[in-house]
This record gives sequence, C-alpha cells and structure tokens, in this order.
Amino acid sequence: MKIADKNTKAVDLVREALEKAKQYEDYHCFISMNEARALEKAREIDEKIAKGEKVGRLAGVPYALKDNYLSPEGVTTAAAKMLDNFPAPITATAVKKLEDEGAIMIGRTNLDAYAHGSSTENSYFGPTANAYDKERVAGGSSGGSAVAVALGIVPFALGSDTGGSIRQPASFNGVYGVKPTYGTVSRYGVVAMASSTDVMGCFAKTADDANLVMDIMAGKDPKDSTTLDKFWKEDLPDPKGKKIGLITDFMGDGVDSEVVRCVKEYAEKLKKAGYEVEEISIPMLKYGLAIYYIVQPAEVASNLSRYDGVRYGFRSSKTTDLDSLYQETRNEGFMPENKRRILVGNYVLSSGYFDAYYLKAQKARTLLINAYKDAFKKVDALLCPVAPAPAFKFGEKINDPLAMYMEDVMSVPQSMAGMPSISVPAGITKDGLPVGAQLSGWRGDDQMLLAIAKSLEGVE
Amino acid sequence: MSITREDVLHLATLSNISIAEDEIEPLIKKLDDIVGYISQLDELDTEGVEPTYQCFDMENVWRNDEIEDFEANREDLLALTTECEDHQIKVPKVL
Repeated sequence: MKIADKNTKAVDLVREALEKAKQYEDYHCFISMNEARALEKAREIDEKIAKGEKVGRLAGVPYALKDNYLSPEGVTTAAAKMLDNFPAPITATAVKKLEDEGAIMIGRTNLDAYAHGSSTENSYFGPTANAYDKERVAGGSSGGSAVAVALGIVPFALGSDTGGSIRQPASFNGVYGVKPTYGTVSRYGVVAMASSTDVMGCFAKTADDANLVMDIMAGKDPKDSTTLDKFWKEDLPDPKGKKIGLITDFMGDGVDSEVVRCVKEYAEKLKKAGYEVEEISIPMLKYGLAIYYIVQPAEVASNLSRYDGVRYGFRSSKTTDLDSLYQETRNEGFMPENKRRILVGNYVLSSGYFDAYYLKAQKARTLLINAYKDAFKKVDALLCPVAPAPAFKFGEKINDPLAMYMEDVMSVPQSMAGMPSISVPAGITKDGLPVGAQLSGWRGDDQMLLAIAKSLEGVE
Repeated sequence: MSITREDVLHLATLSNISIAEDEIEPLIKKLDDIVGYISQLDELDTEGVEPTYQCFDMENVWRNDEIEDFEANREDLLALTTECEDHQIKVPKVL
C-alpha cells in the first residue's frame, strides 16, 4: 500500500479514497463518512513530513472502519437503530493504535446490526452490494469493509469476526480476511457480540499489508483482560516445508462444485510450491455449528442486556412505566435477528435447559478443541473452503435464519477453538464470483498462515 | 422438542422484549428450527468432559484497586442519556 512521504502527499491519498467512495456510493459500503476530519489529519501528517518530523508506519494511509468500533469521530451505530445516534465517548484500542501510526479513517462501514448475520442484510441502514455482482450480498457481518477493500476504495479495512464475519465476506469479495488467534487484538471499545470468540482483524489486498496492520493492532491491553502478550512479529516467518491438511469433511456433500474446484486448485498450487498436502478428516467439525449457535446466542443475550434505553442509545417513546421502557426500547431498537438470538440465548441458559444445551455445548467445545489438537499433531495448517457456496442473491436466505446460519458452518469451529484462520483469494467461479480458501492454524500460528498465502501470491 | 407459544412469551419476558401478537407464530417456527438443529449435540457422549468457557482457561484476572483516569468525564457520559436532570438520569415511574 502507498504510504505518505516526501513524494506522496497524505492529502492526495485521502482525497483519492474519498472520491472513490463517492464513485461507488451505490454499493453502500459506508454508513457515514469522516471527510473533514480525515482531510485535516492528512494535512497534519503532510506538515510533519515537510518539517522532517517522524511519522508512523501507516502515515496518511486511508482506511475504513467497521461501524462497531468506537471512536469519537461521528457516531458508532453497530448498524442498529438502538445506537443510530450514539456519539462514542471512548476510542477502541485498535483504532487508537492505528491512528498513532498515522492511519486515517475515511468512513464507517456497514454490517449486520450488532454483527449478527452473514450477508449485511440485517443492517438497519440497508444492505451492501457484492463487489463482483450488485444483485448479490456482500457477505457478513463485516460486508461493508470487505467491499470497500475489494473496490479499491481503501487498501485496508477493519472487521470483527465472531464466527466468520471477516472470513466469509473476504471470500465473497476476493480479498484477504484475517481472523487472528483469540486475544491477539484488544476488544476494548468494540461493540460486544460473543465475548469468548469475538476477535478484531482486517481486510487487505496482500499478505504483507494485512501483516503490517495486524502487527500494529496486536498486543496486551490492560483494558481487555483476555488479550495475550504480543506474539506478532514485524516480519513473516519462513513457511518452507509446512504440511497442510485438506479437510475432506468440508469438500463433499452440500458444498458448491465450483467452490470445491477452486479450493482443490489452491491445494494443487500449494503442492507445486513445495508444500506437503494431505487429506485429513475431523469428524467433530460437523458439530461446530450447533456448538456455536448455543454458546454465541447465550453470550449475545448477556452482552445485549445492557441496551435498556436508560443510560445511552435509543429510548422508545411508547412507554408508561420502567418495564415498558425496557421492553419497547428493545423491541423497536433491535433488528429481528438480534431479537431471535437473544431469545435463543435465554432459552439455552434458562432453568431446565441449561444442562441440556449450554453446558452440553461447552463440553462439546472441549471435544472439538481436542480434535483440532490431534489434527495439528499430523499437520501444521488446515485448508478448507470459507463457506459452502459463493455470494448468494439478496433475499435468498434472509427469512430463513437456519439457512443463513449454515453459511458459518466452515468458519465457526475455529472460532470456538480460539484459532487463527484467514481467507485467501483462491479463484473465480464460472459465473464470475470470487471464492476464498481458508487456512487455519493452531493458536499463535497466525503469521505462518499469512506466510503460506504470501508464497502463492502471483502463482498461476 | 418443540417450541410452544408459552415458551416464546416466557422467553420474551426473560429477555425484556415486547413481542407483538403477529410476531409470535413466525417466531415459534424459526426458534423451533434453530432448537431442532442445535439438539443434534445429543448424539455426543460428553460424560466426564470438562466444559471450555474460555479458550485459554483464564479465570479471574486481577489488577490493583487503584483509580485510573478514564478518557470520558461525567458530563460526556450523562450527555448520552435521553433525559437527565441535576446529574440524574430520568426514567418513567417505577411503581
């Protein structure tokens, strides 16, 4: 990506990004723009460069921010009516770290409200169109960020991934999507979805760009007690000789033949590049989605209990007493999918069902993690598709929650295990839609995955 | 296992969400689909398996009980509420 220096003005980089954002307005990547502040910040950076002062590693680089990261510039909506007038009083740690290195946020991108969804159709502000076909979805929940990078508006954008929300839209739009090891990047200042699997990551066009952004964002944050000590290094490791397991459980029934073809071709490229690729079966993976759709709604129900219309956010006017204030505010402020997840979450947590669902799922999660541990005794990384099919048409799944959940079947198991997983552009279907290959590794092996992907960049 | 009308109303109460009459029937169907799907975990033998609530087995993470500067002040935070008077958040009558 282009970084501002004596020959490249930050103002020009930011202007170009803003112009492209306008040019592609009909895709609806953005919920709000940050034009005035972005240009002001670019001028400050140009002045520093002119004076010979030190600037950061992302000096003048425009980026797009998923609208569930808090920062005082504009409002943070999480694409929900509940927060459509919420001027955040704090700044997310990830945003602060990027801004300290000179990155410039040009706008806030669209998502499924509260990141609940796999298409960006659950946004209160309307859906985002796919970068390759305007009649199809962007994927989700970080759809706006994926499309903004795919269209070349910005060189990188931030997303959050709880069960595939970075990887699936990256796959649908032919860009890199990085979901790091759980705890790599601080969750402080990001609207919480499911706290035990929420991770902050990014979209980019190259492995090196993604690596730079992640290196800046990663590290311990006293404001998020689950953050890990920084393990991310500046340079990618040498991936030579790594053994990769192609997961057969995700290459058969129910998977689109063009997706299978693209991922098989990616596996062939890996072989040609000198990697050992072998087939592997992990039968436990088939339970990943059921585990996720118990644990995640339970955590959602808990995290979203804070939206009560009292301290901040939307407050319904149809109230007569305190109880109706809570109930009407939550009825009007949440999207239907938010409400379904809260209801399911409270179902699996409620008296009489807790052992059968929630506790059972957390035990099954242990079995899933053990199955991954066994797999990594045989291979260094795992390869599979990101989603069962390429981008689908608007309206195809929006009224069938279970069909929408199936989108996540190949991306949630890694989330439940806290593992890193990236989506890498792998090919294009005969209908012209991008398909991603998903590389997953054991915790802490994030950069090895990027290094493997990088070694195939430009290989036909 | 099937979700009933009473289940939906009970969950709405637990969740503090008002649900309109015409939303109940579609919700029964959708929640039933979801619960039917997640029930497949019944196939798994989890006897004697410890649950994983947190991937890194972290438990309580302590810090010193010291006052730290917060980036927002009292006025900033109170400005976020719909109704406020004399540094107090106003809500409708409780009783």
